[in-house]
Amino acid sequence: MDNWSFGVTMVVVGMGGTLATLALLSILMGLLKKVFPYRREQDNPK
Amino acid sequence: MLEAIGTGLQGLASGLLHLHWSNLVMMGVGCVLLYLGVGKDFEPLLLVPIGFGAILVNIPLAGLMEEGGFLRHIYEFGVLTELFPLLIFVGIGAMTDFGPLLENPKIFLLGAAGQFGIFLTLGLALALGFTQKEAVAIGVIGACDGPTAIYVTSQYAPHLLGSVSVAAYSYMSLVPLLQPPIMRWLTTSEERKINMGVVTTSVSKRAKIVFPLVVTVVGGLIAPKGLPLLGTIMLGNFMKECGVVGRLTRAAENEIANIVTLLLAISIGATMDGRIFLTPQTLIVLALGFLAICLDTVCGVLFGKLMKVATGGKVNPLIGAAGISAYPMAARVVQAEGQKHNPTNYLLMHAVGANTGGQVGSVMAAAVMLSVLKGMGLGG
Repeated sequence: MDNWSFGVTMVVVGMGGTLATLALLSILMGLLKKVFPYRREQDNPK
Repeated sequence: MLEAIGTGLQGLASGLLHLHWSNLVMMGVGCVLLYLGVGKDFEPLLLVPIGFGAILVNIPLAGLMEEGGFLRHIYEFGVLTELFPLLIFVGIGAMTDFGPLLENPKIFLLGAAGQFGIFLTLGLALALGFTQKEAVAIGVIGACDGPTAIYVTSQYAPHLLGSVSVAAYSYMSLVPLLQPPIMRWLTTSEERKINMGVVTTSVSKRAKIVFPLVVTVVGGLIAPKGLPLLGTIMLGNFMKECGVVGRLTRAAENEIANIVTLLLAISIGATMDGRIFLTPQTLIVLALGFLAICLDTVCGVLFGKLMKVATGGKVNPLIGAAGISAYPMAARVVQAEGQKHNPTNYLLMHAVGANTGGQVGSVMAAAVMLSVLKGMGLGG
């Protein structure tokens, strides 16, 4: 593969892939917070 | 008899006779690194052994990096096998609290934007005539994360390991100097004054325990070539959060991290043999590394501005600068910069969230890059 195609592929797929993966993880983290909600009594036992 | 004495004296002088000017220059560089570590307190845990390693390897005829030399053994055992960066990652995971990130998951996106410098610099390195594998290694300096840079470089361009590592670690320590001018240049005074409110802890222990598992499985499935990086940092974090392996967690964040840091840093210093290191190529790598970290900051702040618009002005764009992996320095820089313009503004916890997002982001970016490269048939 020539350098031009390689560079463009890495920039587009690399940046896009990183952003998409972290966006997916961000959504999953939001779900995690809903599935395991914070309860003061449970998480801070006296 | 006199002849024997003469030969003996010649043996004692042979080190001096073989001293090359480049060795002297690199010993000077080693001393500068020691000064930065000892005198200026810039990443002393890394710069002191790197600086000393650079001095050691530039003493002629000692053969420390030749076959059988003790530094060569350490280098082959831990750097070429990629073991040291991975062991350090277990320690980093054990030291990191992802709570502020879980508190506001949208901030995770800033951790992605803070990695764009990797890919932009990779393109620039290609344009400057570096090979594809060298460009990958140079770009990864933008991860602003020493272990990640070493892990990728040892696979793709081991001959650049010295310059890439020095760039990654030294620029990381210079984040407090590099970032503020870029942050001020890209934001208005009004933007810098935006108050994001107080972060209240509302993340359950269970969510914190499940988080590393989810990241490992999802990230690993998307970018399997980066699983060693992702898996080790998340293993360390899982040990910390589950709370039942306190001894292992303490060992990972103290003894193991300390020993491996020493061995890793001294073997990185040992790659700085003047006759190999002092080339115009090294200077270009250092310049591109500098650019990579500046581009990370630019992209992070610009993405912060985008989030500000998307949230109707609730996000202070300064926290975008914390989307890099230099933890917790970048978050502290954001806090200091925010308070300069609005003394009542406490951005620290928001910035810590972005900063931990940057830690995961840098690993994820490297993982994505390795998997894309593998897909294109350019394995390390």
